[in-house]
Amino acid sequence: MGLDFTVVPSYFGVLLMGAGWTIAITICAGLLSFFGGIVFAVIALYGHWSLRLPFRGFAFLFMGTPLLLQLFLIYFGLIQIGIDLPAFVAGVIGLGLHFAVYNSELIQASILAVDKGQYEGARTLGLSRGQTLRKVVIPQAVRAVVPPMGNNMIALLKDSALVSVIGVMELTLAAQQAISRTYRPFEFYLAAAFCYYIVNLALEAGLRRLERRIAASR
Amino acid sequence: MTDQAFVTIRNAAKSYGALEVLKDINLTVNRGQIVAIIGPSGSGKSTLLRAINELDPLTSGEVWLEDVQINKKLPHRQYEAHVNQVRQDIGMVFQHFNLFPHLTVRGNITLAPRMLKGLSEADADKLAEEQLAKVGLSEKIDEYPSRLSGGQKQRVAIARALAMKPKVMLFDEATSALDPELVEEVNLVMKQLAEEHMTMIIVTHEMDFAASVCDRVLFMDQGVVVEEGPPSVIFHDPKEERTRNFLRKHLSR
Repeated sequence: MGLDFTVVPSYFGVLLMGAGWTIAITICAGLLSFFGGIVFAVIALYGHWSLRLPFRGFAFLFMGTPLLLQLFLIYFGLIQIGIDLPAFVAGVIGLGLHFAVYNSELIQASILAVDKGQYEGARTLGLSRGQTLRKVVIPQAVRAVVPPMGNNMIALLKDSALVSVIGVMELTLAAQQAISRTYRPFEFYLAAAFCYYIVNLALEAGLRRLERRIAASR
Repeated sequence: MTDQAFVTIRNAAKSYGALEVLKDINLTVNRGQIVAIIGPSGSGKSTLLRAINELDPLTSGEVWLEDVQINKKLPHRQYEAHVNQVRQDIGMVFQHFNLFPHLTVRGNITLAPRMLKGLSEADADKLAEEQLAKVGLSEKIDEYPSRLSGGQKQRVAIARALAMKPKVMLFDEATSALDPELVEEVNLVMKQLAEEHMTMIIVTHEMDFAASVCDRVLFMDQGVVVEEGPPSVIFHDPKEERTRNFLRKHLSR
């Protein structure tokens, strides 16, 4: 049986729908990982020990275990203790928290790299520690961290394929469905790969624009 | 101008472990007075200046602004609130400007008035325009600091401090990081403040400027005030050998 790409267009709608879900998951989990990353970074650096210690355990758990396992735990495991999340929500939480921990590492480093003159400039005006962090330090730390965090976002987009295992009808699962009906894995996996590639190009272009925009304000 | 004590430093001492950087320093600055602190690097002059607004708290001694003790011993939370309050009355200008790079000039100037004094956006904008006009940089209001020269940055930093309507201004080597041709524009702004009778304490390496603007000059060395007096005396007829040595090196340059 040779390759026959003519079957792909008839499943175009399915793939497009899958790509839409992939984008939706990436955006939701990306936002969660961004804001979660900031919160985690602040806890790790400035939190009371009663917050900091549990957080360390939590961070270690998310960095030291497979994302796939984390998704199983959140989706299938939590049901046992009465938390029944829709697959999409479970996927967003799993991906989002997983990458929030990685983003937090980046943001912590860049918070510590903010010049001490920035704290002094803000504090001498009368700003409190919290105001200084919120208005002066964190905005600068986040700007500095956009390029490496962009890499995490690209990784997040690709890892979003993993949520297919808990039944979210995203791009990878959509391709699998098309394959189960047509028995043409090579064509559809290739088509899916092509879709990921296109979405990634768009994401990269967006990140580059963002980097250019903040370049003036650094 | 009245002769009332405005900034008072009593028996100020500071040490890092065994190293004493300030030893029993007393200083009274009256309202509208301009005091320069000169001395070799490591003499403690910046440390003394930074003790005034609690950036480098003293080990012992007192700092007062009018009838408020700045370095009050208070429980942590109250201390923070107290310090945040008194710092609003004390403007400070740094050697390296410390402008906020992620904010425009407007944002730099309006941040603290908006957050701390609850100014509306319109009022804060007006304030920024006023202060920028004062330092001659009205046209730069929407620029980011990275687009400004060193002298312009420092003038914005001065405008930012003035926007809080401080009672006293502290200058910590405000022109030391500037290219020589940019020093004058900052000096001009400081002279203008002097004419408006702003109370100022200036740590500087520029003897000519100190001589022309200040009412009083303190010469510090190794953590003590070696000699103080009007610039005419300190620069032309100093009594202490250490002052003479220091000035010989500095004025001959």
